[in-house]
Amino acid sequence: MMAIWIEEDAKVLVQGITGKQGMFHAGKMVEYGTQIVGGCTPGKGGQTVELEGKDFPVWNSMTEAITATDADATVIYVPPPYAAEAIMEAAEAFDTVKGEGVVICITEGIPTLDMVKAVAYVNNRPGIRLIGPNCPGIITPGETGGAKIGIMPGHIHAKGRIGIVSKSGTLTYEAVAQTMSINEGQSTCIGIGGDPVNGTGFIECLAAFENDPQTVAIVMIGEIGGNAEQEAAAFAAENVSKPIVGFVAGSTAPPGKRMGHAGAIISGGKGTAEEKFEAFKQAGIACANDPSEIGSVLLQALQDAGLR
Amino acid sequence: MNIHEYQGKTLLREFGVPVLEGVHCTSVEQALTAYDNLNSKIVAVKSQIHAGGRGKGTLYHPQTRQEVMQGGVKIAFSKDEVETYATNILGNVLVTIQTGDEGKIVKNLYVESGCDIAHEYYLALLVDRDNKSVLIMASTEGGMDIEHVAEHTPEKIHKVVIDVNAGLLGFQKRDLGNSLGLSGMALRSFAKTLSAMYEMFVSQDCAMVEINPLVRTSNDEIVALDAKISFDENAEFRHKNWAQLRDLSEEEDVEIRAKETGLSYVKLDGNIGCLVNGAGLAMATMDVIKLYGGEPANFLDVGGGADEEQVKTAFSMIMEDPNVKGILVNIFGGIMRCDIIARGVIAATEALSLKVPLVVRLAGTNVEQGKEILAASDLNIHPANDLAEGAQKIVSLIGGDE
Repeated sequence: MMAIWIEEDAKVLVQGITGKQGMFHAGKMVEYGTQIVGGCTPGKGGQTVELEGKDFPVWNSMTEAITATDADATVIYVPPPYAAEAIMEAAEAFDTVKGEGVVICITEGIPTLDMVKAVAYVNNRPGIRLIGPNCPGIITPGETGGAKIGIMPGHIHAKGRIGIVSKSGTLTYEAVAQTMSINEGQSTCIGIGGDPVNGTGFIECLAAFENDPQTVAIVMIGEIGGNAEQEAAAFAAENVSKPIVGFVAGSTAPPGKRMGHAGAIISGGKGTAEEKFEAFKQAGIACANDPSEIGSVLLQALQDAGLR
Repeated sequence: MNIHEYQGKTLLREFGVPVLEGVHCTSVEQALTAYDNLNSKIVAVKSQIHAGGRGKGTLYHPQTRQEVMQGGVKIAFSKDEVETYATNILGNVLVTIQTGDEGKIVKNLYVESGCDIAHEYYLALLVDRDNKSVLIMASTEGGMDIEHVAEHTPEKIHKVVIDVNAGLLGFQKRDLGNSLGLSGMALRSFAKTLSAMYEMFVSQDCAMVEINPLVRTSNDEIVALDAKISFDENAEFRHKNWAQLRDLSEEEDVEIRAKETGLSYVKLDGNIGCLVNGAGLAMATMDVIKLYGGEPANFLDVGGGADEEQVKTAFSMIMEDPNVKGILVNIFGGIMRCDIIARGVIAATEALSLKVPLVVRLAGTNVEQGKEILAASDLNIHPANDLAEGAQKIVSLIGGDE
């Protein structure tokens, strides 16, 4: 296996493909080289959507869409009131039609209790992986093109051997640029999202990167709120042999204030950046004090591991 | 989104959670009438602000900052006492461990009947990030700071995780009640209260419901004596009534306006304004400013698709803060193109006739065009190639004023 969860030539559906956001980003994905196989918008089945001069079919339901295309993944650009249901529809359809599938939800602003239900629903279907919501998506760059599933700018990436996992969108791009600054490309980059209740977490990403032969080192970017970073650090100390470089955003965030992301809040004195950096250091993760340092810290980590 | 205790109690009552009789007042006269109508030997006179620690807080005069009274929640045994307490509370500033030194002006008062308390408990419902579900937490140590209890006697905190697709089950209510030492009539009253609270939590899209204390009366009834309720703002679209519950005076005016224009702004105490796209990068920008010896004046995320107009609005918000002595713009263009941002920055700088130093770091899509546009302008804009350089530049540029 090369890269994680999404191969370069993955077949991808777009939920909400007829909407403004969905259509715009579907076009960008096609332009990058992602193998988009069509989309789903209830009530618009049978229509086609033109992207980059090519027509793509639209289905009424995810079951129809997956049956017709044998898609590997779907990306959701459905507005917040309907997004959780779109996740569940995709999970059920993948589970029924092929027993597996990756569901990537970009939508920001989904009610938390909707996500509690959707995550429980997905977890009842072990072959289904949910990434997001409120995330930039996942990208596996190829030699030419690749699979860009989400909203990240494709052109900043290149195929390589660094795995990146992050809660934040633009900070992921920053990390990508940092790897490029030391002439390293990426195996797969995953934005897990900044919501308090989401699908795939840091630990699953770390475990997958550890098992991926293409990946030799990992960049992990967290932020204030919750304790996913601390748990990931504890997991890494026991289970990850590859070098990890870490950064946590929000050292200067005041307690009790939500910093843009719904989950980025220090509550009851817990979830501070200091705590998380400390957990990273305890676990032997090489920390960057500043995102502009990720490149140099990564280079050092690669040299220490005899990889450069 | 937080609501006041008196609003929370109205909501609890609607869902069948037992609460005491009480009246929301905004004047001393109303408080005295409330006392007469409640017909209770003792009443609680409670300051209504969106912060905890009211009971142990201190009231100060808003102008002179002279101390007026210790305690923002008082038990009154007579009408005279109600008058004294209401006078001391309304219009004065209440400082608690959660408000910061500035405190908050108290504009609302809740006058509530008393009851005979046999025991005080703690009860909270919240969304638990670890279990990705709803968690109910209860403790026999009511009326205390729960974080203190969690740290020193964690065995006294009992937890139940709800499977939202199954709902709150009978055995979970009994188990939790038993762990609090409840039995008979009190256990039945507790179970009923818990069901009502869970139904409210789910149907009203609560983020947190904290009752501290929840009390058992001498008649073995369970009553919610306090109510701290917050809602999940993402669910606002399906709760039209929240607009009336929102107390805008509890929120920073500029933060409200930012939200209305699709920006996310949090005011801080420093003097370097920041304008960034993306929440994580916006936090990191603040951190790096601090790392290089500066102090950020704000968190400001313009989002993934900001246009020229939003950039202008963002600049004017930053400049409203009189402490701001310099601005750092940090944009990693993804969907957002650097050339558009550069034009927005120039337009805003001209429109606001910006006087403070401005450092702009652009990266990502169309970065070269963006940089050219900035360089071609005759405005005093300092370019930076990465975040560290940008932070160092702005810190040194404002250094002379310190």
